Amino acid sequence: MSDKSKSSRLVPLPTNAFVPERDVDKDPILEARHLGIDFGGLTAVDDFSLIIGRTEIAGLIGPNGAGKTTVFNLLTNVYQPTRGSIMLDGYNTAGKSTHQVNKMGIARTFQNIRLFSQMSVLDNVLVGLHNEMKENMLAAVTHLFGYQKEEKKAKARALELLDFFHMADLADHQAGSLPYGAQRRLEIVRALATNPSIVLLDEPAAGMNPSETAELMENIRRIRDTFEIAILLIEHDMNLVMGICEGICVLNYGKVIAKGSPEEIKANPQVIEAYLGRKDG
Amino acid sequence: MTEFIQTLVSGLSLGSIYALIALGYTMVYGIAKMLNFAHGDIIMVGAYSVISTVALSTNIPGIVAVVVSIVVCAVLGVTIEFLAYRPLRKAPSLSVLITAIGVSYLLQNLALLIFGSQQKSFHLDFFDAIKPIYIGDVLINGITLITLVVTILIMIALTIFINGTRMGKAMRAVSEDKEAAELMGISVNKTITVTFAIGSILAAVASVFYGGAYKYIKPTTGSMPGIKAFTAAVFGGIGSIPGAMLGGVLLGVIEQFAKAYISTLWSDAIVFLVLVIVLVVKPTGLLGKKISEKV
Amino acid sequence: MKTSFAKRFFSRNAVTVYLLVAFYVLVSVLLYGGGLSRQLYYMAVPLSCYIVLAVSLNLVVGLLGELSLGHAGFMSVGLFSGCLLSIKLSTVLPIAVSLPISMIVGGLLAAVIGLLVGLPALRLKGDYLAIVTLGCGEIIKNVITNLDVTGGALGLNTLPIYSDPETLLPFGILLVFITVIVMMNLKNSRHGRAITAIRDNRIAAEASGVNVTYYKLLVFVLAAFFAGMAGVLYGHAFSNVKATTFDYNMSIEILVIVVLGGMGSVRGSIIAAILLRTLPELLREVSDYRMLAYSVLLIAIMLLNASPKFVELKGRWTLKNVLAFFKKKKTASAVEKGE
Repeated sequence: MSDKSKSSRLVPLPTNAFVPERDVDKDPILEARHLGIDFGGLTAVDDFSLIIGRTEIAGLIGPNGAGKTTVFNLLTNVYQPTRGSIMLDGYNTAGKSTHQVNKMGIARTFQNIRLFSQMSVLDNVLVGLHNEMKENMLAAVTHLFGYQKEEKKAKARALELLDFFHMADLADHQAGSLPYGAQRRLEIVRALATNPSIVLLDEPAAGMNPSETAELMENIRRIRDTFEIAILLIEHDMNLVMGICEGICVLNYGKVIAKGSPEEIKANPQVIEAYLGRKDG
Repeated sequence: MTEFIQTLVSGLSLGSIYALIALGYTMVYGIAKMLNFAHGDIIMVGAYSVISTVALSTNIPGIVAVVVSIVVCAVLGVTIEFLAYRPLRKAPSLSVLITAIGVSYLLQNLALLIFGSQQKSFHLDFFDAIKPIYIGDVLINGITLITLVVTILIMIALTIFINGTRMGKAMRAVSEDKEAAELMGISVNKTITVTFAIGSILAAVASVFYGGAYKYIKPTTGSMPGIKAFTAAVFGGIGSIPGAMLGGVLLGVIEQFAKAYISTLWSDAIVFLVLVIVLVVKPTGLLGKKISEKV
Repeated sequence: MKTSFAKRFFSRNAVTVYLLVAFYVLVSVLLYGGGLSRQLYYMAVPLSCYIVLAVSLNLVVGLLGELSLGHAGFMSVGLFSGCLLSIKLSTVLPIAVSLPISMIVGGLLAAVIGLLVGLPALRLKGDYLAIVTLGCGEIIKNVITNLDVTGGALGLNTLPIYSDPETLLPFGILLVFITVIVMMNLKNSRHGRAITAIRDNRIAAEASGVNVTYYKLLVFVLAAFFAGMAGVLYGHAFSNVKATTFDYNMSIEILVIVVLGGMGSVRGSIIAAILLRTLPELLREVSDYRMLAYSVLLIAIMLLNASPKFVELKGRWTLKNVLAFFKKKKTASAVEKGE
C-alpha cells in the first residue's frame, strides 16, 4: 500500500515552496498564501506562506509564542484569517467553518489534549467517523433502517483504527482515564477517523520520554505510508523534527524566517540565532 | 414632563436597589467565577431579619434592625459559601450552578416554613422621619431619598475600598488570576469569604430599600429582583463594579418607563427581553472585558 | 447470532423498557381495576407528563451539558396552543383523534419556540445560557398570561376537553414510550455521540467535523417538542390551566428529577420522576416539606458527586458491577477465547 508513495518522484521545489523535494505527479494538498491575522491591532501571524505535498511530513517550529498554534487555528478556520488564502486540494477554505474544513480534509490534534473525556475510547473514534457514517435521524431514533449495519461498520472501522496504535483492547475504557501517552495517541486516531488528507499534529511528543518519542516517530511515518496523507506537525523535540520531517518551516514573531530541508535549517544562521542559539544559552 | 421626571426618579430609586444587588453578583462572579443564584434570596432573608427584629419589641429603633439584618446576611452569605460552594471550587460550573439553585430554593422554602406564605407588611420608623419633598410637581418620598443618598455613599465607599485597601487589591488580583494570586501570598479562600460578606451586606441594605419601596415581603420576594439584578450586572459587564452600578440604574429606569409608558402587565417581559438581548448581543456588557476561549 | 440477541435482550436500554412496561402494567391494572387512591388516580397522567418532561430535559442537561431553566415554558407553549386547538376540534372529532393531533401541533409549536430559545445557545453557554433560558421561560409565562385567547390571568378553561385518567392514560403511556425510546436510541447513535462530544469538548467536536450549531439547535428543538406534547396531555387532565403554574419553579422541579436520576441517564430520570412525584403524595404529612427536601437533595447530590470518596463508593455499586460480579466467570472465559 505504500507503493504509491515510494514511487512518487521527488523534484526540486518551486521558488515559493518551502519543501525541498516533493511528490510531483500531483498538485500540492495544502497551499497557504500570505496568511495573516491581527488580534486587536496586534499582528499574531503575518505573511505566512506554505505549500505541502500530498504525502509529505512537514514540520513547523519556532520559539514559544512564535504563533505556531495560531497557524493551526488559521488553517482549520478556528480563526478566520485577516489576510491571505488557504487552498486545500485546490479548493479555497475561506468562509468555511471548522467542521466544514474538517469535512474538506483537514484534521488536527491539540497542544493541550482535547478528548471527549467522559466518553469511551471507542466513542471518541466514532465521533471522528461522524461524517463518514450514513445514519439519518430516523435511523438514529428507531435503531432501524440500516442503523445496525451502519453502526457495525463504523465500530469495525474504529477498532481497526485503534488497532493501528495497538489500542483496540482499550476501546471500552473512559477516554479521560487513559494514561497521558495513550490520550495523545487516541487524539491522533480520532483525527485519522475523519478521513483527512492532511493531519495537523500540535506537539505530539510533548511530555513523552525518548523511547515513547521514538515510537511516535515510527508511528507518524506509518500513518503517512498507510493512509497516504500529508502531516504537518508542531514540535519542540528537535530529534523528532529533524528525524522525520522532509521540510521544515521556522516561525519567529509570527513571521517565517526560514524554510528548507532539515540540513538547510540546521545550517541557517538566522534560525540558530532565533531558535537554536537561544536554546544553547 | 412632570410624569417623565417622576418616572425617572422612581426608576433611579429602583435602579439603585438593583445596583446594590448587582454589585454582589458582579463581585462574586468576578472573584469566585460563579453565578451565586442564591444572592437574591439573601435580600429576602435580610428583609425578614428586619421585621423579625422590629417585632421583638415596640421600642427597637429601625436602624438597629438594619444592623441586625446586615450581620445576619453577612454570616449567612459566608456560611453558604463555606458549606456549599467551597467544596465545589474545582467542580464543573454546571454542578456549582445547580448547587446555587438548590441553596436559593432552600432559603425560600425555609422562609416559607418559618414565616408562612402570607405576605408581611414591611415598615421602619425612619422611613417617615424624612418628610417627602417636592421639586416643582415632582414628589420624592423619604424612602426614595434615603435610597438614592445611601446608594451613592455605598458606591463611593466601595470604590475606595476596592482601589485603596490591601483587601481590595487582593480581590482584584484573585479576580485576574487565582493561581498567581495564591503564589503571591494572597489567601484565595479568605478573599472569597470577604467578597461574599460584602455582597451579602449590600444585599441586606438593598432589602431595606426594597421592602420600603414595595411595603410587603414574602418568601419569594428575593428571586425577581435577584434575577433582574443579575441582568443588570451582565448589562454593565460582569466583574466590573462601575458596570454593575451603571447596569442597575439603567435597568431600573427601563423597568419604570416600561411600566409607565407601555404596560404594567408587560414590564417583566420587557425586562427579561432586555436580559436576553443583552446576553445574546453583548454578553461582555457595557463595561466588561472580552474573554475569548483559548484553543 | 444467539449471543448478540441475548446481549440486545438484556441491554441497558432494553431493561429500562421492561421496567417501564412493568410499571405501566401495574398502574393500568390498579387504575382500571379501581385500586388507586384518589390522589394517585388523578396523578397517573400528570406523572406520565413529568416522565416525558424529565427525559426530554435530560437531553439538554445530561447530553448537551447545558442548563435549561425554561423547560416549563416549552411545556406551557405546547399546552396552551394544543389545548386551544383541542377545544376547537373536540366539537367535531372524538378525543382519540383530536388529542393526538393537538399533541403534535402543540409539540411543533413548542419546537419552534425551542428553536428561538436555542439560538442564544449558539453564542452562550453555562451560567449565561441558563439565565437566558430562565428569562425566555418568564417571557413565555408573561405573554401567555397577558393574551386574551389563552384566558389571561384567570387561566384557560379546559373543561370542554377535560378527560378522566382512564381515557388519557393510554395516550400518556404511548407518549412516555415514544419519548423514552427516541431518547435512548438517540443517545446511542452518531447524532447522540455528536451531542455528547459537544458537551465534553466543543472545540474538539468541531475539529472532528461535528456541526455544533446544528446539534445545539436540534437538542433544544427536540426537548421543546416533547415538553410541548407532554403539556398538551397535561392540559387535558385539568379543567383549568394557568400560565403562572408553568414558571421557573416548575422548571426547577423537573431539573431536580433529572439531577436526582443522574444526568444523562434516561432510566434514572424515569425512576426519579416516579419517586419524586408519588412519594410526597403518599406521605401526606411530609408534603409540606417537599420543596425543602428537593433543595436539600440538589445540594447534597452535587456535593457528594464532587467528593472523590463518594464517587468511588458509588462506582462500586452500580447495577452493572453487581451484574458483572455474577457474570464474572462467563466473561473471563469469553476474554480467554477472544485472545
